[in-house]
Amino acid sequence: MQYPKELFIPLAEKAVHTDIVRPSITYWQDAWRRLKKNPVAMVSMVFIILLIIFALFGPYFSSYSYSDQDFDRRNQGPNSEHLFGTDSLGRDQLVRVMHGARISLAVGFVAAITTFFFGVFYGGISGYLGGRADNLMMRIVDILYSIPFLLWVIMLMVLFRELFPATGGGAGLYSIFLALGLVFWLPMARIVRGQILTLKEQEFALAAQTIGAPRWKILFRHLIPNAMGPIIVTATLSIPEAIFTEAFLSFIGLGVSAPRASWGMLSSDALTSLRSFPHLLLFPALAICLTLLAFNFLGDGLRDALDPRMRK
Amino acid sequence: MLGYLIRRIFSALFAILIVITVTFIFMHAIPGGPFQSEKAIPPAIKANIEARYKLDQPLHIQYVDYLSHVVRGDLGPSFKYRGQTVNGIIAERFPVSMQLGLMTFAIAIIAGVGAGIIAALYQGRIPDYVTMFFSTIGISVPSFILGTLLMYFLAFKWGLLPAAMWGTPQHVIMPAMALAGLPTAFIARLTRSSMLDVLNQDYMRTALAKGLPRWRIIWVHAVKNAIIPVITYSGPLLAAILTGSFIVENIFAIPGLGKHFVTSIYNRDYTVILGLTIFYSILLIGLNMFVDFAYTLVDPRIKLTGGKE
Amino acid sequence: MGPLLTVNDLHVEFKTYAGIVEAVRGVSFELQTGEVMAIVGESGCGKSVTAQSILRIIPEPPGKITGGSILFDDEEILSISERKMRSIRGKKISMIFQDPMTSLNPVLSVQTQLTETLCRHTGMNKHEATRRALELLDLVGIPAPETRLRQYPHELSGGLRQRVMIAMALSCDPRLLIADEPTTALDVTIQAQILELIKEIKDRLQMSLILITHDLGVVAGLADRVMVMYAGQVFEMGTVDEILKKPLHPYTWGLLRSLPRLDMTKGQKLIPIWGQPPDLLQRFTGCSFLPRCDYAMNICVREIPEAFGLHRVRCWLEHPQAPQIERKTGGTLK
Repeated sequence: MQYPKELFIPLAEKAVHTDIVRPSITYWQDAWRRLKKNPVAMVSMVFIILLIIFALFGPYFSSYSYSDQDFDRRNQGPNSEHLFGTDSLGRDQLVRVMHGARISLAVGFVAAITTFFFGVFYGGISGYLGGRADNLMMRIVDILYSIPFLLWVIMLMVLFRELFPATGGGAGLYSIFLALGLVFWLPMARIVRGQILTLKEQEFALAAQTIGAPRWKILFRHLIPNAMGPIIVTATLSIPEAIFTEAFLSFIGLGVSAPRASWGMLSSDALTSLRSFPHLLLFPALAICLTLLAFNFLGDGLRDALDPRMRK
Repeated sequence: MLGYLIRRIFSALFAILIVITVTFIFMHAIPGGPFQSEKAIPPAIKANIEARYKLDQPLHIQYVDYLSHVVRGDLGPSFKYRGQTVNGIIAERFPVSMQLGLMTFAIAIIAGVGAGIIAALYQGRIPDYVTMFFSTIGISVPSFILGTLLMYFLAFKWGLLPAAMWGTPQHVIMPAMALAGLPTAFIARLTRSSMLDVLNQDYMRTALAKGLPRWRIIWVHAVKNAIIPVITYSGPLLAAILTGSFIVENIFAIPGLGKHFVTSIYNRDYTVILGLTIFYSILLIGLNMFVDFAYTLVDPRIKLTGGKE
Repeated sequence: MGPLLTVNDLHVEFKTYAGIVEAVRGVSFELQTGEVMAIVGESGCGKSVTAQSILRIIPEPPGKITGGSILFDDEEILSISERKMRSIRGKKISMIFQDPMTSLNPVLSVQTQLTETLCRHTGMNKHEATRRALELLDLVGIPAPETRLRQYPHELSGGLRQRVMIAMALSCDPRLLIADEPTTALDVTIQAQILELIKEIKDRLQMSLILITHDLGVVAGLADRVMVMYAGQVFEMGTVDEILKKPLHPYTWGLLRSLPRLDMTKGQKLIPIWGQPPDLLQRFTGCSFLPRCDYAMNICVREIPEAFGLHRVRCWLEHPQAPQIERKTGGTLK
């Protein structure tokens, strides 16, 4: 086959490739950008924000309080007066679910905060000191881990029930805070310790040491901020765990005391009249499941966004 | 191997000792508990308790005495009911809980691993989406909600299964499903991701290139690797079944140990709480040790030399 | 008797998130019984995909063989049933992979992995298969085969694992062995041993061998013929001497120039091929080597080069109208 002659002249010039320099963005900006791209996590976040608003301000827009009884309107199904119906004592179920949201969220956040501070502190110190101190501190964690944390929480609640007797039988909200706070830091301590163990071998930690930074400063200013991704993820995932635990405790009668309402307690109450009034179970059950789902999804999303290495 | 075994058993015993000690201290710290002098219980039981727990002796003597009873397998009498002992309660009720627990364990492992494998093999297709949809919901539904829902629909609404009590095989189904729900969902997700990971490994290509039949490639070459994380999870799974039984046995009125544990919490039967907590700890720590050994059987890379290798 | 293997106009595609990657674009070659052919090229040029297509072990999805034919022993590989294919894999055609660290199953013993192929293809029982496995381990030069048989892959060194891989591949006396970069992941000293082993076994067992590599040194020592691949196409094909001493394609020149040689003078520099292989997501209107070619002409932008001559060189420089230029291979490879 013949081609025009000019086709066989060497090319005059070739395309010049230039590298495009991308603007640098910080770790947090990058994580936020990744999180925004995750629709499930964003929907969960919006749900959680709405839930917080619902819990904080909802009760003010209702003409009932969680303890108002109305014996003429017992066990009503959802209607225009009581959107979620009423319970066996004629209390407005909507307000009680809102109140339950307050308790669940409070328990969740208190657990997350104690987890955050105590777990990071304990794990950080253990990992940074290393050697014998680390060995001893982690043996303690291992032993506490050897039976389920729920069993520890139950033991603590049994103890607190009598030590700090609240009105009416069940243990108070503060007992739950305390019991969860005493147990929930365990996984965080393990994770932070693992992170610190690897981070402290890295060059920047060595660099901080060579310029004479004090030990506590190296730990809290250099190492822990670098472990923030896994720390935030663990703290977030401890929220649904705590909410579940509170519901569990309320369900077996170790939770908040009547007439206060938590979701676990509402579910437990609904059980006695399940056959006749199943709607009493519907709303608290839905509230628990959706909230757990939202926090789990948000936690997964945060893990993907903050720690790409942990991504599955 | 032997060295590791001994060390592992020793550390398990140590953990049990610590759990006993902490629980013992808790029970002593309870105002109005069995170990305080002023309490409103029948004088016969009171005398019995005081003699049994050597309450006239100093604390450390009480502790050593209690320990020696535990070592001999005696977990003490009930503080509330005359003639009841913790050992008697366990003998009577634990078999029920164990049936339920084994059933749950089997459901969770078989259904979870099965669903996970199917999801992984059909990645990105309908079976995968269905499995993942249900398992995502599943990990957010606590056992007490699942239990009540099952009871409402299967028992009250459709009348398929008995709502409560114990005795026939039909009685096991609902509570076992309620208990197994969350772990099954979790195991399905775990198996799926580990299976996907394994399917992408080079050795799967080798197995294919050798002309092996499909079932052997999946069940021998893939599953044996993919199952390893599931075995690691069986420790937490046992713990979840155990604590879940407290609630589920109550919902379905099953005369098991979990229900009794909760009843003794209601009744403030402290000696029973103490005894059962110790029993549960020994059970779990023992089972976890067993899981560790099972792990080494499946994964030849784990050597039982222990320590930090 | 015709060739053992005839690949004709093979096309393989992969569906990815970014689009369809054309990994193999019309590869054709023949392989005679007892012949050793080397496939050479940079990573991602489609050499492994070509090899895996012969065994039909392209992961599907995302991969798919979209066209062409593969005749093995007068049988069309691409149209036989999966069941039939399984009786060919490991028996008539077998394959050795690049990384012996990851290509053996970590939870199965050497014995299991060796005997399962034997039991499957030869109908031996466990006892016979074990005896044969011992012979095979001995054949590939593994000392103390009884001990090794009971061990697991993590207990073996890289070189030993590759020997086990080879033993596995040889277990059913295959007609064709495909070795996909069999030495890349190994230490240099071990590489030589493994190559020597492959060579020895190939001679003894009279099988054909396809050797995939990017190491031209390996090619010189082992191959009868060489196929140079780039961007899913065959750029040049010929005997070892032709390719190493009188290469015709500028890409082959580049490959040879980037290799250290004994006859180099002191201070002489190796010349790399600048740039990167092209993104196979794109469809080419001209030569795929164009951006990296020093001899590019106007026609190279517009027309995909044909394969010219017996040597089958896919380059416009081989067109009768093209200007004569001096080859710049910088000497020959010994």
